Amino acid sequence: MASAREVAEAAERRDVRNRWLLSAPALLIIFFAAVGPLFVMLLYSFMAKGDYGDVKLWQFSSEGWFSVFLERDIFDDTLSVNDAHLAIFWRSVKLSLATTFLTLLFGFPTAYFIATRPERWRALWLFLITIPFWTNLLIRTYAMQEVIRNEGVINTSLLWLGLIDQPIQMMYTDLGILFGMTYVYLPLMVLPLYAAMDRLDFRLVEAGYDLYATRLKVLWRIIVPLVKPGIVAGSILVFIPSLGAYVTPRVLGGGKNMMIGNLIELQFGQGRNWPLGAALSLTLMAIVMVALLLYVRNASKSGARHG
Amino acid sequence: MKRTLTAALAGLAMLAGASSAQAEGQLNIFNWGNYTSPEMIKKFEEQHKVKVTVTDYDSNDTALAKVRAGGHGFDIVVPSANFMPIWIQEGLLLESRPDQMENFKNVDERWVNVDWDPGRRYSVPWQWGLTGIIVDTSLYKGDINTSAIFLDPPPELVGKINVAPEMNDVMYATIRYMGGQWCTTDKDLLRKVRDKLVEAKPKWIAMDYGVIEKFASRDFGAAFYWNGAAMRARAQNPDVKFGFPKEGFPYFMDSAAILKDAKNVENAKLFLNFIMDPKNAAMISDFARYANGIKGSEQFMPADMKDAPELIVPKEFEAAGEFLKPCAPEVTELYTKIWTEVLK
Repeated sequence: MASAREVAEAAERRDVRNRWLLSAPALLIIFFAAVGPLFVMLLYSFMAKGDYGDVKLWQFSSEGWFSVFLERDIFDDTLSVNDAHLAIFWRSVKLSLATTFLTLLFGFPTAYFIATRPERWRALWLFLITIPFWTNLLIRTYAMQEVIRNEGVINTSLLWLGLIDQPIQMMYTDLGILFGMTYVYLPLMVLPLYAAMDRLDFRLVEAGYDLYATRLKVLWRIIVPLVKPGIVAGSILVFIPSLGAYVTPRVLGGGKNMMIGNLIELQFGQGRNWPLGAALSLTLMAIVMVALLLYVRNASKSGARHG
Repeated sequence: MKRTLTAALAGLAMLAGASSAQAEGQLNIFNWGNYTSPEMIKKFEEQHKVKVTVTDYDSNDTALAKVRAGGHGFDIVVPSANFMPIWIQEGLLLESRPDQMENFKNVDERWVNVDWDPGRRYSVPWQWGLTGIIVDTSLYKGDINTSAIFLDPPPELVGKINVAPEMNDVMYATIRYMGGQWCTTDKDLLRKVRDKLVEAKPKWIAMDYGVIEKFASRDFGAAFYWNGAAMRARAQNPDVKFGFPKEGFPYFMDSAAILKDAKNVENAKLFLNFIMDPKNAAMISDFARYANGIKGSEQFMPADMKDAPELIVPKEFEAAGEFLKPCAPEVTELYTKIWTEVLK
């Protein structure tokens, strides 16, 4: 006769096994759809490049990784840091940080507004936020051209109001890219912020006012610390896709100044250097992962302090 | 050869149109965006009871990469002349012998014995044209038959120039402008080429596809771009003129060919023969506004195309034009490095 303990243990083992079996489909999909391609990329980044694109299979070479960071000068063969790639990475990071900041600036009041509406209206406001997702990104980006062009909505309105007498050149500038990315990624900031603010206990805000805190102090000392997880989540959700953005810089930036996404595309297309393209993609991923790890570590530390 | 992202839209519209036709056979065409006449496709579908699907690509490299990856399901592809030898060497094309087809007699002799497919054993002319200079002459009245328009721009045009983001075409025009030959590895010359491009780039507004609307709205004052697009732009802005760079300009010809792993080979052969019929070739040109290489198609073209200045290379500039052959891999690598440095 099995003792009660043995029965319990068997049940637990069965539980664990069932849990694994139930999650097996998801794990398999993740493995084959995410880890598999990554592995192919890793492999390709270490192979010699084919003459007309592709790679020479099983001919290993570190040339791809070498040229991510270093370059042999085209003209005098000296070795130096690849400043063309560095400049492109730096522009991407800069624009992504600026996008994150701007979406936070516009997203925060929006989320606050929604969270402070009466319960029955909130669903409607959230629904409105998701409307842009109904339309394809490419089409929205082309529509954005119509807004920021020299003869677009913004410039014609400003000219008509007499605020400017020359159209502001936004199209084909970093400003245009920033504008487009802020627009595209704004919902990704608003939604997690709203989720955090929805849980916010507004009695604490009232208590703050009762204790003679100014509006700014209430915002800074009460609201911001409480919705910090939302801010972090929103920033991550915006920063990461911005870093790899391809369509927006191509369509609104006029393709004159590359971002990382465009540099990678060049290697797989006209550049015919797949190993370098794969190595660049993995470098981009590594940057994102390091940034994330730092963020998470930081967040958990400060979380412990507050908690 | 108008390569736009918006082309995806045209492709979708065309797919919608194509799927309504009831047919027994199928044909899957893989072609440049905004390049395939929907009327011509419709005519082919009705005539041969074949359902045609057109899928877009925006560069030769994209097309090559996709087909080489396999599992694409396409029957026909339309590569440019400079890529055709790669397609043939890599064994991606079927030797379908268009030269033995009924309508081959219509192909202009000039386009039969071409370097990239001697005797036309694989491919049929689709359209040809050239990359040159488009200028809005309300802004600039000087000589437009020179690459100086985008490499040493006159002050009137600074900040209003669009350059096609095509590495080969831009490198070619610049190398010739600096006095070199295509595929050169002369380091001193290439250094000058790089310096010239780096110096000129801040004077450009964009490096983008899709210039026609931008000339109509006068966002662009000049461009280094394809002649067919210039003609379409002129239809919307009469000040637009096309210049043939005297220092040297690249020709292109895209030719339709059947893929080796095509599933609908017979329909694809019917299609190649179909587009060598002057009437049908004229429909292709009418849509995309490039010349087509089929004799007798002129008489079916709309009046405004017959004497279009963009399509007729003036005698004095004929020698300046050249079909780009693919350079050796190490030369391409060199050019890519220069290009990356310019675009950083």
